[in-house]
Amino acid sequence: MSFQEIKGTLPAGSYYFSGNEAVAEGAIAAGCRYYAGYPITPSSEIMERIAVRFKEVGGVFMQMEDELASICSVIGAVWAGAKAMTATSGPGFSLMQEAIGYAAITETPLVVVDIQRAGPGTGQATRVGSGDYMQAKWGSHGDYQVIALSPWSVQEMYEHSIEAFNLAEQYRVPVFVMGEEAVAHLRERLEVQATVRVFNRVKKHGTPPFGTDSMDGVPPMPAFGEGERLLVTGSTHDEFGIRKTDDPRAHARLVERINNKILANRGKIANTESWYLDGAEVVVVAYGFTARSALFAVELLRKTGKRAGLLRLKTIWPFPEEAIRDVGRSARKVLVPEMNRGQILGEVMKYARCEVSGLNQTNGEIIHPQRIVREVEAVL
Amino acid sequence: MSVREYLRERFMPHLWCPGCGHGIIMNNLIRAIESLGIKKNDIVMVTGIGCSSRISGYLDFHTLHTLHGRALAFATGVKLARPELKIIVPMGDGDAIAIGGNHFIHAARRNIDITAIIMNNRVYGMTGGQFSPLSGYGTLATTAPYGNIYEAFDTVELARGAGASFVARTTTYHVRSMKEIIEKAIMHKGFSVVEILSQCPTYFGRKNKRGDAVEMLKYLKESTAPIGSERKRKNPALIERGIFVEEDRPEYCAEYEKIVEKAQKG
Repeated sequence: MSFQEIKGTLPAGSYYFSGNEAVAEGAIAAGCRYYAGYPITPSSEIMERIAVRFKEVGGVFMQMEDELASICSVIGAVWAGAKAMTATSGPGFSLMQEAIGYAAITETPLVVVDIQRAGPGTGQATRVGSGDYMQAKWGSHGDYQVIALSPWSVQEMYEHSIEAFNLAEQYRVPVFVMGEEAVAHLRERLEVQATVRVFNRVKKHGTPPFGTDSMDGVPPMPAFGEGERLLVTGSTHDEFGIRKTDDPRAHARLVERINNKILANRGKIANTESWYLDGAEVVVVAYGFTARSALFAVELLRKTGKRAGLLRLKTIWPFPEEAIRDVGRSARKVLVPEMNRGQILGEVMKYARCEVSGLNQTNGEIIHPQRIVREVEAVL
Repeated sequence: MSVREYLRERFMPHLWCPGCGHGIIMNNLIRAIESLGIKKNDIVMVTGIGCSSRISGYLDFHTLHTLHGRALAFATGVKLARPELKIIVPMGDGDAIAIGGNHFIHAARRNIDITAIIMNNRVYGMTGGQFSPLSGYGTLATTAPYGNIYEAFDTVELARGAGASFVARTTTYHVRSMKEIIEKAIMHKGFSVVEILSQCPTYFGRKNKRGDAVEMLKYLKESTAPIGSERKRKNPALIERGIFVEEDRPEYCAEYEKIVEKAQKG
């Protein structure tokens, strides 16, 4: 493994940061030295901070002509050897989907921070929503996998940003930090450690850069200018990058592997956190900012002797199926509060063999804990 | 080095139709790079999608075959992450000026050290002969069966207006000057644009009754004239060829370096 403990880029200690500032600092700490983006509310503070900080740490910051160019230039920088990222919100995320598919098939590690706002369309640019989770999973055409993380605090905006780079480099896959407007603009305490654990890209000269012997392996990734003349293409290719656009076996093999390398490692990638699950009759399954309201609600319920618990999804894709199966076995009922029309509710229903219902709110506001309390009390 | 050493011969025969001009461009591009003595490892060729873009598969550099229209955006990231590499971006006319139009003008505006080669055959060949933004008024195409009512972009004026510091035009007929122009474009420090008028006998030629490849090459000879030449003065309708812009202007990567130094001094 190529994990390494390196010195942090901020002095260790406590900071009072917004989520957007924290996510930018996490990326810098993880070794990101190329950023390209386009201004969009509510994510713009990320690029503003990067613009200041990259000049200090020696990175390349580019404000591009649009989101298409931003993510494409990120892919170019990654193949030139950099750790690279972009950040955006729903409308920009929509534009980036073309290149996300390209990154998936070329196995280009990159990070996209999507600060979700109330959609669809332009919607409410300054208001919160969680409407991009299915887009994160299915936004580009064809069959591929991504990794999507769902931070609930400023601390996690920082930590998920580092983790996103580590996962991207480890699995050669696009990784999304799915922040929401509420956590992006929230200011709260951030604890920064002196060192950071980072994963360095695996480089092995002479080995095929686009294939492995196993059907769920991750090939090493050389860079331009390092001695091997690479062929990188978004067309179907063999393990050496040679186009194979009319070979059914080559296509099946490539598609199978870029999916399997994530799905076979689901247990290692997908992360959850449990609160008060012991003896919980009703389990709230929540993620992102909504999990804060859910925890508050569950604690209120427990204080009055109600047997409620919380399963918090830190990873949305690959979906933590096992953890959902477990609560489906132990609980009588599962409630899924979401700032969308039930995007993750359907996923929970697939794996929880108990009664599952949603609590959905799409008004551009966070879900109040009392709504969750009332909903749980109604079924207990 | 011989010309053949720059080719990935295992991918031959190429997909270009008999009579296509793109092979002539590839030939001269190789000759230009060979005479400049640039090492294969020091070149990244970035292409988009289309007939033109397949050139990256045939050449033994680092090659990045990307998305339709977005080659210059990818190239920008490569260049900034490794400014010591030479970046060459061959594109088709639709690739560069229609779907990639925004990236094209902004790459020019940044004056980033990338060489853009526009292989202009005035048609979408890969998809079967639809009109492009460089087809021109009155031309016929599968999507303009009764005549195209769009005026064409003037690529040279577009590049000049957007801020490219090197802008040239040549044709597949004028192979000697093509090689020299490509050499100058590659050595130019800044965003260089070379528009090469090329022939597509299969689609543009057939639809517009322009004859075979030889007839189309003759047309490229007769319909163009050197910049400021006597022929051009006598016949203003002729398309000028040659180097239109060659200026020493601040290049993006160098400017970026200066800004970093300034910031780090505080």
